Amino acid sequence: MIANHILSIAIWSPIFFGILLLILNKKISIRKINYVALFGALVSFIVTIPIYKNFNTTLSTFQFQEFHHWITPFNINYHLGVDGFSVPLILLTSFMTIMVILISYQSQKLKSASYYSAFLIMSGLMIGVFCALDSILYYIFWEAMLIPMFLIIGIWGGPNRIYATIKFFLYTVLGSLLMLIAFLYLYFKSGTFSIIDYYYLPISLEAQILIFLAFFMAFAVKIPMWPLHTWLPDAHVQAPTGGSVILAAIMLKLGGYSFIRFAMPISPDATLLLKPLMILLSLIAIVYIALVALIQKDMKKLIAYSSISHMGFVTLGLFLISPLAVEGAYIQMISHGFISAAMFICVGILYDQTHTREIKKYGGVINKMPLFTAFAVFFAMANAGLPGTSGFVGEFMVILGSMKENFWIAFTAATTLILGAAYSLWLIKRVFYGDIGNAVIAKLSDINSREFLILGSLASLIIFVGVYPKIISDITNSSVLQFIELVSFSKVEML
Amino acid sequence: MTILNIFTVIPLAPLFAACFVGLFGKKLPKYFSFGVPIFGVSIAFALSVYSLYLTLYGFKLNETMYTWLASGGYIFEVGFLIDTLSAVMMVIVTFISLMVHIYTISYMKDDDGFSRFFSYISLFTFAMLMLVMSNNFLQLFFGWEAVGLVSYLLIGFWYKKPRAIYANLKAFLVNRVGDFGLILGVALIMFWFGTLDYQEVFNRLPALHSQDIVLFNTSISLVTLIGVCLFIGAMGKSAQVPLHVWLPDSMEGPTPISALIHAATMVTAGIYLVARMSPLFELSDFVLSLVIVIGAITAISMGILGIVQNDIKKIIAYSTLSQLGYMTVALGVSAYSVAIFHLLTHAFFKALLFLGAGSVIIGMHHDQDITQMGGLKKYMPVTALTFLIGSLSLIGTPLFSGFYSKETIIEAASLSSAWGANFAYYALVFGVFFTALYSFRLYFLVFCGEERWHNIRRKKNEHGLKSKEYPVESSKIITIPLVILAIPSIFIGMLLIDPLVYGNFFDGNITVDNKIHTNLDLLAIHYHGVWSMAVHSFFTLPLWFALAGVLLAWALFIKKIKINFKFLNPFKNILKNNYGFDAFNEKYIAKGILKLSDFLSSKVDIKIIDHTFVNGSGRLVNYFANKLKLIQSGYIYHYAFFMIIGLFLLISFFVRT
Repeated sequence: MIANHILSIAIWSPIFFGILLLILNKKISIRKINYVALFGALVSFIVTIPIYKNFNTTLSTFQFQEFHHWITPFNINYHLGVDGFSVPLILLTSFMTIMVILISYQSQKLKSASYYSAFLIMSGLMIGVFCALDSILYYIFWEAMLIPMFLIIGIWGGPNRIYATIKFFLYTVLGSLLMLIAFLYLYFKSGTFSIIDYYYLPISLEAQILIFLAFFMAFAVKIPMWPLHTWLPDAHVQAPTGGSVILAAIMLKLGGYSFIRFAMPISPDATLLLKPLMILLSLIAIVYIALVALIQKDMKKLIAYSSISHMGFVTLGLFLISPLAVEGAYIQMISHGFISAAMFICVGILYDQTHTREIKKYGGVINKMPLFTAFAVFFAMANAGLPGTSGFVGEFMVILGSMKENFWIAFTAATTLILGAAYSLWLIKRVFYGDIGNAVIAKLSDINSREFLILGSLASLIIFVGVYPKIISDITNSSVLQFIELVSFSKVEML
Repeated sequence: MTILNIFTVIPLAPLFAACFVGLFGKKLPKYFSFGVPIFGVSIAFALSVYSLYLTLYGFKLNETMYTWLASGGYIFEVGFLIDTLSAVMMVIVTFISLMVHIYTISYMKDDDGFSRFFSYISLFTFAMLMLVMSNNFLQLFFGWEAVGLVSYLLIGFWYKKPRAIYANLKAFLVNRVGDFGLILGVALIMFWFGTLDYQEVFNRLPALHSQDIVLFNTSISLVTLIGVCLFIGAMGKSAQVPLHVWLPDSMEGPTPISALIHAATMVTAGIYLVARMSPLFELSDFVLSLVIVIGAITAISMGILGIVQNDIKKIIAYSTLSQLGYMTVALGVSAYSVAIFHLLTHAFFKALLFLGAGSVIIGMHHDQDITQMGGLKKYMPVTALTFLIGSLSLIGTPLFSGFYSKETIIEAASLSSAWGANFAYYALVFGVFFTALYSFRLYFLVFCGEERWHNIRRKKNEHGLKSKEYPVESSKIITIPLVILAIPSIFIGMLLIDPLVYGNFFDGNITVDNKIHTNLDLLAIHYHGVWSMAVHSFFTLPLWFALAGVLLAWALFIKKIKINFKFLNPFKNILKNNYGFDAFNEKYIAKGILKLSDFLSSKVDIKIIDHTFVNGSGRLVNYFANKLKLIQSGYIYHYAFFMIIGLFLLISFFVRT
């Protein structure tokens, strides 16, 4: 009985704990709230493990499917299922929620119950996005997920949080509305909201292009792709640490995941037609955004731009449409989840003590926080794509994959080796190395065991995936092949 | 225990030691901090010697340890290739590393970062072993970047020094420029050969060697393109002009790592790569000529710079650059085995020189300026003697190790018919003169002549000997490695030239196309054993050039003969500025990129995209909303009026159709 609802449990248990926290708010002490939140996150993580354990990697079909009629007049169903693209992201989501709860122990003492609850609910909703096989169900999870994030930035964010939240919200809602229109079109064409059915639905090229563009607006904003990226640095700078972590680690991945799930297989001919444009936008993101990152004065902005640049590898890999590149793009998504989260957590740890993110106000942190610096240097190296860390795997595979397409694509993408190292290590040099910069730095104290646990587990995962990426590719392999097959399959000829 | 397991232990023993010391070093007694790494490296050394012994009897292993990734029909693996070439490298790496580990116990004994330092150098040993033991390009790239990481950490070891943290960033970024080329080469190989396994790539070379690909609308040979890309990688790591700029700055790191990383092992990774890829490089005369020319330019131009330096470590650093240029020329003239031979001898005498310099630096209380030294022979006899041996080996004194390897390179260049070999020959011969000049300028200024450090008044916190202080010979822990390194610096050349260069030691692991590149066969005809080679050298140019260099140094710095060098003044500034490479990079490349970044950030990203389009569309909506809200007047008759008009328009529309 439980085995049949494994996905529902993964979705609803964090939401249950989130609601529980809202009920318990102000009824029990903050200390207990902390424990309940952590317990909830742990349980929510543990219930996702069976999804990975019992996942059959040889199948390319959707597994653990759950189907209930929901709004029968419109043929909307509660239909869940996962393939190789969903499983690692689900685990990443539930794992990151633990990290976020742990990291928030100190920085958000006020109203912590509702703060934690927002993260737990959001975690459930995001897992919902990764599981949904009905487009309306997917759409609901997708939109609902915005609300907690909106609150996290809007309530617990920095001084300019209102501008940032509204920008974030308008950007994403505008995209999602176009996506809804695409779903409605597909519904009227096929009479169903089932995503699997859409894969085999014949569509004319003109309609495919429109559908693709509608999806593009929704997903490209999320990833974000150049030139739809300007909301992200603002959102990151204003968001509290936990918000940034989830935003970078999971939310951006929703865009990449949705390209794989919707835009590309549903409109394969349009994908092939627009492939050069998409590759161009990705390359711009990789080079241009890396250059922009170099000059940033705010640590969080720098890491935000670095995120966009790294996500450029995801879109580049996806639109190269070869198994190696797509797999590389996917591993890049997971890896970026760990690394960007770790880097935002590092900034958060510093910010908690100094209350500034301006690079200029730092210098010589290593003298006071040697252990923390060791982690920061490691994460910066991972961010710069050092082999042996997960940051290398995806970039390497995408560069190899792009060589197949064209030498110059590989050439342009490989500049990240230089630029990525430049902005990551220059940041390290200015913030961590040197003599103690000022009186604030002189008062810093090194990380405690809780922070060590967080950074240590992220670092271990980064090394593990870097040394043995097969653990991810084994899960995704058959789904990648299926995906390539769907995208290379012309729907125009079916007409 | 299978044989593969034994080889697995070789890199893992130092890795384990590095992790152990890195994690627990500070909490445990000090002898753990050096004991565990030395134990780890000793195991690696012993097993490396064993591997070399095995390969001498024809043993060869090419096996996969585990599958790193499998995707889209491509398989990426981690595995080992143990043959004579890698076994020689393993022995060099572990031996020098062991010496440096021992030396460090004393050299770093008062440093706060004692255990951190041991952790780093053990980690380096692991990374370097992974690099040389690899049987594929993926693992090579891992080792390649990992040694770069440790080099970065060690150059910036004294993180409070602004110059150290400038140098380590610079070193990493310049290396990354090389890695950029390397990864493109690897990607080309992956795509065209469908594998990253060395042996598989070599097997498929005949089929692809006439393959052309189109770039810039012109078709060029695939092998040439791959060769150029791989060589760019080698140029970064082995510090060839113009990617050499990081190496002199890297001297900001502690001296033991200058010996280990920036002289004996890491910087020779590029040489090793090209030698390993000899079957591929042999197929492209264009690439070989490029290699020759770059190597020759590096050998001569960096040797000249050695003369104008006053920092003891910088002189040896420029010397290393110059010697790497010699090795590169050897590669270019297809004398791969000779390049490895020089790599081997150089590893010993250059590590010796660096460690000797470290001993001098301790004796001088961390003053590194040779113009403030002098007469140290009396106070530091062991250091002086071993330093002299190193210098004699370096300048190519007959019967010393350096003589055999360097002389053979020069001979190979003179016999080569490759384009650029002629130029290289003269560059190398003149290089010998400069090598002798800077080496003995250094030796005479430091160890002979008057004791200039007496007359220098220092402030309280300044490094260096205070008045009434005398330099003393370093402890045994420092001098013993010097003595151990001095022995191979003398003898290893004459012992190994027969098997390594003229024997069949590297057969099957280094490939030379004898039909086109005949110089090695010619070389073998001229060769009649180690003794006659020493005698023969009296009839060749290099020896007399070396002698001239030593004599000039002696005349200038011992005899103090005043020679009017005014005619050299125009060149002086060029040399003092290192030919302007640093200034150019700083002024145009670094500043240019920052300017571009600033433009993209403030103009394109913020002004055009964000303010004009994003917020602009917001303003546009606002504008129309402001106009439209006037319609919402609240008067019923206004609304009724609009409704009637609307109704009228609708009806007329339907009636019309």
